[in-house]
Amino acid sequence: MAAVFARTASKICRLSAKIQACRGYANIVDLPETHQLLQKTLRDFANSELAPIAGQLDKDKQFPKEQIKKLGELGAMSVNISEEDGGTGLDYLAYAIAIEEISRGCGGTGCIVSVNNSLYLGPVNGWAREDQKAQFMTPFLHGDSVGCFALSEPGNGSDAGAASTTAVDMGDHYLLNGTKAWCTNGFQADAAVVFATTDKSKKHKGISALLVPKPTEGLTLGKKEDKLGIRCTSTVNLIFEDCKIPKENLLGKEGEGFKIAMMTLDAGRIGIAAQALGIAQAALECAVDYAGKREAFGRPIAKFQAIQFKLADMTMRLEAARLLVWKSALLKDAGKEYSKEAAMGKLAASEAATYVAHQSMQVLGGMGYVTDMPAERHYRDARITEIYEGTSEVHRLVIAQGILKEYGITAR
Amino acid sequence: MSMRVLVGVKRVIDYAVKVRVKPDKMGVVTDGVKHSMNPFDEIAVEEAIRLKEKKIVKEVVAVSCGPTQSQETIRTALAMGCDRGIHVEITGKEYENLQPFHVSKILAKIAKEEDVDMVILGKQAIDGDNNQTGQMTAAVLDWPQATFASEVKKNNGDLTVTREVDGGLETINVKLPAVITTDLRLNEPRYATLPNIMKAKKKPIAKKTVADYDVDISPRQEVLSVEDPPVREAGSKIIGNTV
Repeated sequence: MAAVFARTASKICRLSAKIQACRGYANIVDLPETHQLLQKTLRDFANSELAPIAGQLDKDKQFPKEQIKKLGELGAMSVNISEEDGGTGLDYLAYAIAIEEISRGCGGTGCIVSVNNSLYLGPVNGWAREDQKAQFMTPFLHGDSVGCFALSEPGNGSDAGAASTTAVDMGDHYLLNGTKAWCTNGFQADAAVVFATTDKSKKHKGISALLVPKPTEGLTLGKKEDKLGIRCTSTVNLIFEDCKIPKENLLGKEGEGFKIAMMTLDAGRIGIAAQALGIAQAALECAVDYAGKREAFGRPIAKFQAIQFKLADMTMRLEAARLLVWKSALLKDAGKEYSKEAAMGKLAASEAATYVAHQSMQVLGGMGYVTDMPAERHYRDARITEIYEGTSEVHRLVIAQGILKEYGITAR
Repeated sequence: MSMRVLVGVKRVIDYAVKVRVKPDKMGVVTDGVKHSMNPFDEIAVEEAIRLKEKKIVKEVVAVSCGPTQSQETIRTALAMGCDRGIHVEITGKEYENLQPFHVSKILAKIAKEEDVDMVILGKQAIDGDNNQTGQMTAAVLDWPQATFASEVKKNNGDLTVTREVDGGLETINVKLPAVITTDLRLNEPRYATLPNIMKAKKKPIAKKTVADYDVDISPRQEVLSVEDPPVREAGSKIIGNTV
């Protein structure tokens, strides 16, 4: 009997080895060697260069200019841009891992890097002409400059199609008027991808994307928003008043703006999901470490079941979310449809981050509530991941539409 | 500028991992434990790459003796900037019984075969803490050695090496070819950048076995027992009147 069992077991082992071999790195038990190496590089960097200053950056609301430059030198500011174009030339799985590790050290820095990679370089790389790339891509690859993305407005957020900023065709240039809200990196950015209506009658099909260098005459910045978390990032309004933008700065074709924005956000979601994973991972490690050291009733609190249950739930939610995020990245890398999966990954990861950070603070008790420990910062940083680049509610709609579409049922 | 350097890179249990003794007391638990490059070897790799960047050295070869996973350690060295790797595969019981004496003989053979001018090794590996491989390699090759280096300078045909000794710093001159072992303050190793990690994938790693070097690795010593260090006992309290 035992012999039969052993034979069957070895057969299954051989079979699963075979399956893993043909699936390549769809095997997520072990990351591919390249990804392990870059994970190590960025983890070491985050441990020694980000984690020690994250608290101070948060307190001073200070943009980590020097660290962004160093991350640029490591290749983390242009992970998905091809080597021919001067970027790092890695896939989206690598990007997800990079953002997670950076965010584990500092959630705000992870956001800055993510915005430059997917929200700025993403559309520029996808739709810019060669002559546009020289001005709007090359300087943004290695941390010398960062870019930003201007879609939301004071009067519209999730309903991006309702953009009221206008770009009027004046022959050789567009005349931009309107206000763009919540532009992350807006203060430091040397350029922005701005979405504006070129033909109001066509609604969302009348939206176009423009490359706007900063500073530009007619473009002023609103005040820096004072935020709950990710405080080392800048969030500002971009205010356009009769701002002249040359015709050659049109990104893609007229009317393609909405498509560019939606495709950019699909990819961007993987970045924000990864940021949420990093914040959650840091919060979890903080809680485990504390639970092992803090004594109550004569023993470390890690020995109490109440704490153990918390750690178990935190770990499980985080790991489940990570698998979803990695899956969405793998689908994108394989050139498959990934919109629903990216939404699931982002929703799961951001809700896991909020949960894990909340529980981490609970494990730390009073120490979790004071700024001497990073738990309260993780708690504040985690919260935004459920709001930007699509709220949790919008993601539920995207997921529902995805599943209903697969069954041929109309959602609206 | 035609020098070639051989660096040794050992795969060890990561410095941040708490090492546990196996229940049978015949070694430490390594399965499922995070491993990384010996930190002193990272310093060796960094030094070799810096010499290459200064155009003193033409080629840097990274070698590791150990199980299949040692290739990951070599890949890290390649991602940092080494040109190619040599993996001498030694597994199972043979690897458990491998001692600096055996490794030094293999390294010496490779140094001769590759016709290198310099061997740079970590002063010790953080697992066994033997601090022997460098010295023994120099002895087998009959080359001069400069151990515990905190500064290495090229001086015409020689090397001027500052060594960290008990009483302070000692500066010596060694003729090439030579063996150098690195101390903690020699340099600060770089991060492997993402583009270089990509490039490392294309760099060759030669797979070798002990038989290729005709070295006898039969054990010269026998492990009787591995024990945890004794737990430090609490100090005694002196109770007296408060001031």
